Parts: sequence; structure tokens; C-alpha cells
Amino acid sequence: MSGVDAQQAEVEGHLSGRRLPRWSTPALAGGALLVGLIVQLTGWTVVGLAPGVVAAIVFLLGQAITSLAIEGRRHSKDRIATTLIYATFVVALTPLLWILITVLVKGLSVFDWTFFTSTMRNVSPRQPGGGILHAFLGTLEQVGIATLVSVPVGLLAAIYLVEFGKGRLKFWISFFVDVMTGVPSIVAGLFIYTALILTGVLQQSGFAAALALCILMIPVVIRSSEEMLKIVPNDLREAALALGVPKWKVILRIVVPTAISGLITGAMLAVARVAGETAPLLLTTFLAQDINLNAFNGSQTSLPTFIWDQISRGTTSSVNRAWGAALALILFVLIIYAAARILAARFTPKSR
Amino acid sequence: MSTSTDETAQSAADPAGISGTAIRAGDRNFLGLSRGAGILVLAVMAAIAAFLVWKAIPSLQADSANFLTEQSWLPDQTPSVFGIAVLAFGTFVTAVIAMLIAVPIGFGIALFIAFYARPRFGKALGFIVDLLAAVPSIIFGLWGLYNFMPAVTSFARWLTEYLGWIPIFANDKQLWTKSLLMAGLVLAIMVLPTVSAISREVFVQVPRMHIEASLALGATRWEMIKMAVFPFSRPGMISAAMLGLGRALGETIAVALILSAVFEVNTHITEPGGNSFAANIALKWGEAGEVGRSALIASGLVLFLITLAVNMIARWIIARRKEFSGAN
Amino acid sequence: MKLTRILIGSTAACAIVLTLSACGGGGSSSSSANADCASGSIKAAGSSAQGNAITDWINAYQTQCPDATIDYQAIGSGAGVEQFVAKQTSFAGTDSGVKDADLEKANERCSGGPAINIPMVGGAIAVVYNLADVDGLILTSDVLAKIFASTITKWNDPAIAGLNAGKSLPDATIAQFHRSDSSGTTDNFTKYLTATSPSVWTFAPGKDWTAPGGQGAKGSDQVIASVDGTVNSIGYVELSYLDGMQNTKAALIDNGGGPVEATSATAATTIAAATVTGSGNDLLLKVDYTTKASGAYPIVLVTYEVACQKGLSTDQNPALVKSFLTFAASDAGQSQLTTSGYVPITGSLLAKVRTAVSSLATS
Repeated sequence: MSGVDAQQAEVEGHLSGRRLPRWSTPALAGGALLVGLIVQLTGWTVVGLAPGVVAAIVFLLGQAITSLAIEGRRHSKDRIATTLIYATFVVALTPLLWILITVLVKGLSVFDWTFFTSTMRNVSPRQPGGGILHAFLGTLEQVGIATLVSVPVGLLAAIYLVEFGKGRLKFWISFFVDVMTGVPSIVAGLFIYTALILTGVLQQSGFAAALALCILMIPVVIRSSEEMLKIVPNDLREAALALGVPKWKVILRIVVPTAISGLITGAMLAVARVAGETAPLLLTTFLAQDINLNAFNGSQTSLPTFIWDQISRGTTSSVNRAWGAALALILFVLIIYAAARILAARFTPKSR
Repeated sequence: MSTSTDETAQSAADPAGISGTAIRAGDRNFLGLSRGAGILVLAVMAAIAAFLVWKAIPSLQADSANFLTEQSWLPDQTPSVFGIAVLAFGTFVTAVIAMLIAVPIGFGIALFIAFYARPRFGKALGFIVDLLAAVPSIIFGLWGLYNFMPAVTSFARWLTEYLGWIPIFANDKQLWTKSLLMAGLVLAIMVLPTVSAISREVFVQVPRMHIEASLALGATRWEMIKMAVFPFSRPGMISAAMLGLGRALGETIAVALILSAVFEVNTHITEPGGNSFAANIALKWGEAGEVGRSALIASGLVLFLITLAVNMIARWIIARRKEFSGAN
Repeated sequence: MKLTRILIGSTAACAIVLTLSACGGGGSSSSSANADCASGSIKAAGSSAQGNAITDWINAYQTQCPDATIDYQAIGSGAGVEQFVAKQTSFAGTDSGVKDADLEKANERCSGGPAINIPMVGGAIAVVYNLADVDGLILTSDVLAKIFASTITKWNDPAIAGLNAGKSLPDATIAQFHRSDSSGTTDNFTKYLTATSPSVWTFAPGKDWTAPGGQGAKGSDQVIASVDGTVNSIGYVELSYLDGMQNTKAALIDNGGGPVEATSATAATTIAAATVTGSGNDLLLKVDYTTKASGAYPIVLVTYEVACQKGLSTDQNPALVKSFLTFAASDAGQSQLTTSGYVPITGSLLAKVRTAVSSLATS
């Protein structure tokens, strides 16, 4: 958007009257900081506000007033908005970085080769050591199955909504997709547990967990795919249809490939969304301390349930392992993201 | 995003109209397949509702108190006494706090990424925000409990000290931890990635023509955002907020860790206490007896219905706004 | 930290001893460490209070018997019994034992069985506090009840000071932590308060905390973490959670027969004196919380394994259930409990437990 910046500067240079000089912002910031410092040093407080907050308010007010006096109402408003938007960025980024750094610092303390290559079989909760291999493989399988089910179903449903859907059925599907995005994850877990496990249709297994994740994933895939399919230009569809290409071929050969980059990104966002889900897995899987590659039979641990289990054991070693697993989970999602970007770049038709 | 695209897509989608002959077999199969996928969504939703109702009924029959207004939660007692008043109140308050903070800040950070930051920096920032969606909620909970809460307790004290005359900020217990306020603040951080990621996607789709036209007319950047960006992206912004609200309403483990669950409606939101639908399920499920589990499912059903209602309202608002917005 | 290392050392030593005896063991009486190995895998679920104890047993057993895999999921007693009844698991762990309607369902699950409660892991519920300058805080049940009912709110309250002459109790508000989730720990703790101080503790005993005041924390892990991180705080957790904490100490409880430290041995004395209320091999216990015996720590909990005496289908591996529980009830199994802060079953009760385990059918 730096183009917008340049354009705007140009436009303002031509059209506006008096402007605040460039040095006004640093000067005001300096003044505000000074006020903050005085508050800090004298201990004199305004309704108990922290010095930093006082400084921020002084800056905002000072800028608004000087700008109002010199540049007029419109520019004053613009400056307030700019300052507030920058402020939201700082306010939002602080906790977000804080948590990432917390996970990084605590997680790295247990990272070593064995942490990735061993399991928890015969490792006491009190001992350090052990690893997440079994949990990682479990997550890979559970999220993998969920993706294999959700992406085709979600994509097809999105194709229906964009390319075929009409009338009442389209409305209801579209409405319930929205509702489904809001289904609390624990309700998804409860549903699979009561409907399929307690009735004896399924065991607690990786597959049951994958089904619960599907409930969370499908609506996200549908929503994102729908948006991506919508922005495929109609000219492409019409040109192909005019050449007598069957509709289904148009969709598979023209529409989907055109939107593939966005579709992949959407699918990966959905993966990221469910990879860290704990609540639905607690009811649908059974905790194991060892590798089980069979998602349809027997206990299978995943990274989120591993974290949950280690935390609740309450020993120093187990809590450390939990943070390590949390970091591993974030890295896993990071790798998926990177892979998605590369895939998306490779498959995008060049002519766009 | 726009209705006009939608409609052209639909008319283009009419196979009979284009080919002028009967629908081809391939098309028919493909239509069937994709329609089937759509119907599957309806079927799953119906099944969820049906199972929740079926499993909830035994406890609702056993409940000797008013399910909607009773404050205590003792379903496994004889006679069984439980109600959702505390859960509904806590869920409502935490969600409102989370929304009040996360929605403006989420939009702000999305605007920053889309219109203020340098593109490369904005992309990196968007990436970090997306990454946070993958942090397991138990980690948010532990971080919230042991890192975040001690740091913002002074803010809660400040609220009581200077705004204590407002009843909700009064604090008789002289304890400012594990409160609905804290849970709301942590929830705000948790839903921030959702709100900002989706609204960012929407802002990026605003046609450049609109942006450039308004700037060319001499609009300031804020005026451009207000007049070109917001009207175009309003439905998307509302759905971003609604998705965030969905997460806030249903968040389980982080809230369970942070709140000091008390079965009493306490309007002093800085005091320890409160509970929510989802957190209560996590806290009570393990030790619940038969009626207890059914009661928890009944509360899950209520949460499900609330989600349904919230989405209906959002749809209705978007539909209304669409009529009035000049952008499309 | 140091404590942790010692514990790790002793656990490792224990494992070595177990392996050795497994190699050289000849006779297989029910009390020997050399349980006849069974193979295959089973799932069990239930009480989180016994989670770490079971994990230690599983590790020791699997080291001896590499062909066996046992998964225990600590999801809570109620859910554990539910899964057992729904035939998802081979046995269940519970803090309160199955009785009445639940027992009927469990019997039905065992095709007539019957299903029996076997007390296997004991626990002391330690009253933990975080006061830098006070060691060996002494409390009575009345004072304890008043603290947790929020009628005593200061550490230097005369009632506390009277019991702790010469200790420098701070003039500070007591930060009280209790469990926010339903738990057998809360159940036993409140039952103790009700039994010993009915005039002070007027709240309903049960798995859920009903007294006003204080702050709730989810799970014993978070209660101990909260107490350890909050000065002038008090809480209650299973003794095993105290391991590795920096600032937290356990209070001594004066049961009327002098102050008693919370240890595996003092709690074992109380549990050994419990009366059996179940019939036959069903060893449902009733603990006497009001015990005044000297050296008997009164706040204890007993966790049971619920198993089918007969009628567990072969695919759920009754042989492995019996073999594993036999190991758990053995001297080696029970002595492992002490090293990890749990409480062993002792005396004539242990003999009954072994009889009950040996009554389990293997097919």
C-alpha cells in the first residue's frame, strides 16, 4: 500500500491548505514522553493512571488539538485515526508476541533429539526425558484424516454454493455453514462421543477424533473456498462454456485451477485452526504413551492431548514437556503454512 | 462478496441455459456430488441437534429446579437441582468483554496491515497473527493464569479504585484475580487472530478503484477508509466479529483454567468467580454421574442454540445492511 | 529440586530391583514382584488422583513384561466408570467406589460378574500453605474448617496463633485456594470437615466446592501451582503433588491425639483402620475421619480399581487385568507408592485386597 501513501502525499500536497510540519509528530511524542517521565519521577498521578498511559493520552490530545488548530477538522480526525490504528497494532502485538516468546523460551528448554524421537512409554511423570514422537504421529494422522475428509467435502459444498446453488437449499446450506463455524469445539466432541462412541459404532480412536475435527474444519473450508471461487472472473467460465465444454469440466479445469492458490491457503488455515484443538479430542481419543499408527483401533495420543496430560500431572518435568510439545505444535503449523505457500505458488496459473 | 457477482455466477451456472440441451451425465453426477456435500452439512447439523436434545432430555426431566433461572449446579443430588443462570451470565459477560476489546483492535490491526504498514511488513505481521490461531487454548490458559493475570491485576484494581462507583467494578472481596474480567481479557486476545485475519482478507478485497477514487477526490486516509472501505466490507467485518464471538462463546479450557468457578451470579466482574457453559462442561464432565452428564449436555445444547441465534441475527443484520450500502 | 532428584534415583533403583527379581524370580505368590506376565493390551480410565501412581505401576510392569501395553487415561472417576460400563475399558479407577445403581450397571456390564471395588491406591490430602517463615504449621479440623469457610481470614488470627505458639504468623489475609472442578479430593476433604467439625462446616460435602470465598483452581496441579506462586496462601492437594515445589509446605493436623504430619506412613495408618462395607470381595471402604489415634493422619482418600470378578470378555484381556493388578497389590507395587508420595494399603486390608485380586477370573 505504499503506492497509496505516495499518492496521498501528492494529493494532499496539491489540495490542502496549511499542514503540520513533519517534525511535529516526533516533537509531540517527545513532549508526551517528557510528561510521562515527570509523572513517573514525581509520583504525581492523574486518577492513578500509569505514566505510559498518561503520555499516550497527552500525545493523542496534543496532536488532535494542534492539528485541529492548524489543519482543520478533517485532518485532525485523520491524525487521531492514524494514531489509534498504530496504537491498536502495538496493543495487539504485545500480548501476541508475549505468548509466542513464552512458549519459545519454555519450549526450547526441553528441545533435544530424544524429545522428537522417543515416546513416553515407561517414562515416569517425575523424570525428565521422554518425547513426543507418538503424539506427533497421532496429530499427523488425526489432522491428516480430518483434512482428507473435510477438504473434498468442503470444496464440493463450496462449488455447489457458488456454481450450482439456487433458492431455498442454497440459503439453508449457506446459513447452516455459518452456524457450523460457530459450533463450540467441545460440543463437536460431545456429539461424536454420545452419538458414535457410547452407542458402540466407533471406539475411542484417532478416527473418532478426526471426525470431531471434521465438524470444525468443514465449515471453515467451505467458507474460504466459497470466497475464493467467487472471485474467479465470470469471463473465464463463460468463455469455456461458450466453447461447449461441459460444466463439470469447466469447474475442474478452469475455475478450481484459477482459484487453487486461495483454496490451498484456505485449507491450510483450516488445518491450523484444528491442529491445536484439545477439547474435542479429550472425549474422542484414548491417551496412549506409545506409538499407535492404527487410527481405527486402540489408543492414540495427539499433541494437544499430550500437552493436556502432561500439564495435569503437575510435576516440573511433565509441565516442561507440555511447553515443549506446544512449541512443537506451533512449529508444525508453521511448516504446514510454509508448505502451503510454496504449493500455492507452484500451482497458480501463470497468466494471472 | 457482492450480490451482483453472485447472480451472474448463478445465471452462468444454469447448464440447460448454456448448452440448450438436456443436462449432460457428467454434469448431473457432479451436481449430485456437490449438492450431496452441501446436504451433508445440513445432515450433520441436524444430527448434532438431535443427539444433544436426546441426551439432554433425561436431566431436564429430573431437574427439580427451574433450568433457566436456577443458580446452583447439583444435578447428581437427589433431588436433582441445576440451572444455567450462572453459566449464561458468565458466558455473556466474558463474551461481551472479549468482543468490546477484540473487535475494535482486530479491525484496527487489520486496517494497519492493509492500509498503513509496508506490504512486506504487513505480510509478516499477518503471518504472526495467523500463527497464533494454532496455539492450543490450554497454553493460552496457562499463560493467561501465570503471566498475563499478575500483570493486569493492577488494571483491575484501578477499575475498582476509580470507577468503583459503577456497580460492576465494585470489589468487596479485595481480590482481583480469576474474575470474569480476566477471562474476558484473555478471550479477547484469543479471538483477536480470528477477527483480524478475516477482516484483513475482506479489506484487501476492496476494489482499488474505490480507494484511488476517494483519495483522488481529496479524502484523507481515514475518510477513504470510512467512505470506501467500510461500506464495502461491512458484511465481511460483521462475519469476522461473529466468528470471533463464536470462538469466545465456545472457548473451553482457557476459561476453565482462569475462572474461579462459583455458582452464584455475581455482577462484580473484577471479583473471583463466574463460570461459562463450555468451561463448566470441562470442569464437571470427569466426575459427573449419569444425570450430571445429561445436564452438561443440556447446557451444551443451550450453547448450541445461542450460537444458532447469534448467527441468525448476524445474517439478518448483514442482509439489512446490504440494502442500504451503496458500495455494491 | 533436590527432592525430585532423590525420588528419581529411588524410582530408578526400584525399577532395577524389579527387573532383577523378574529375571531371577521363581515362585509366584501373589505378593511377589514377579507377576506372571500377560501379554496384549488393555485400556483403563478414571480417577486422576491415582493417575501418576498408575503410570508408575504401568512403567514398572511394562519393563518387566515388554509384551504388555496398558493405557490409563486420567479423565475423572465418573467418566471412568461410565466408560467401563460402556465396555470401552477393561477396568476403571474411581475415588469413591461404585455403589447402588452404578454397581448394578457395573454388574450387568460384567455379565453378572460381579464387579468389585478393589482399594489399591491411598492418598493423603495435604493441607498446603505458602508462608516463608513458618515451618510445621499446626491446625485442627475446627480451625481448618473456619479457614476454608472464610470465617478466619487472617494468618495471625488467635485461633491459629494459639495452636502455633512461637511461630511468626504474618498479619496478612489468607489467600484460600480450592478445586474449581469436581473431584474426589474435594469430596474427601469436605467429608472430613463435615465429620469432624459439623458445627463449623455447614456446607454440603461432595465433589463440588460449595463454600463461598476463596479462589478455585482447576485440578490439583493448578491448586498447588497457585499456592506455590501466591504468598500467604493455603490449599489442599494430594500429598504426591507437593513434590518439587519451592515455597509450599504441608501443615500438621492435630486430630485430638497430637499433631500428625502428612506422610505416606501416617495416612496408611488411617486407611488400614477403615471398615469394609462391601460384601464378598467387594472392598468398598468407610474411612473414619474422626480418628484420634496418635500418628494417624485423618484426611485421606482411597482410590479403587473397579474390575469384573468374572464376565470380562476375552478380547478385553482379563488375564492382563489380573496380572497387572496382582503386581499392583504386591509388596513391590505397594512400596512404589510410598516413593511417589502416595499411600500404600497395609495390614489385613492388603491381605483382603490380594484375595480379591486373586479371585479375578482370567478368561
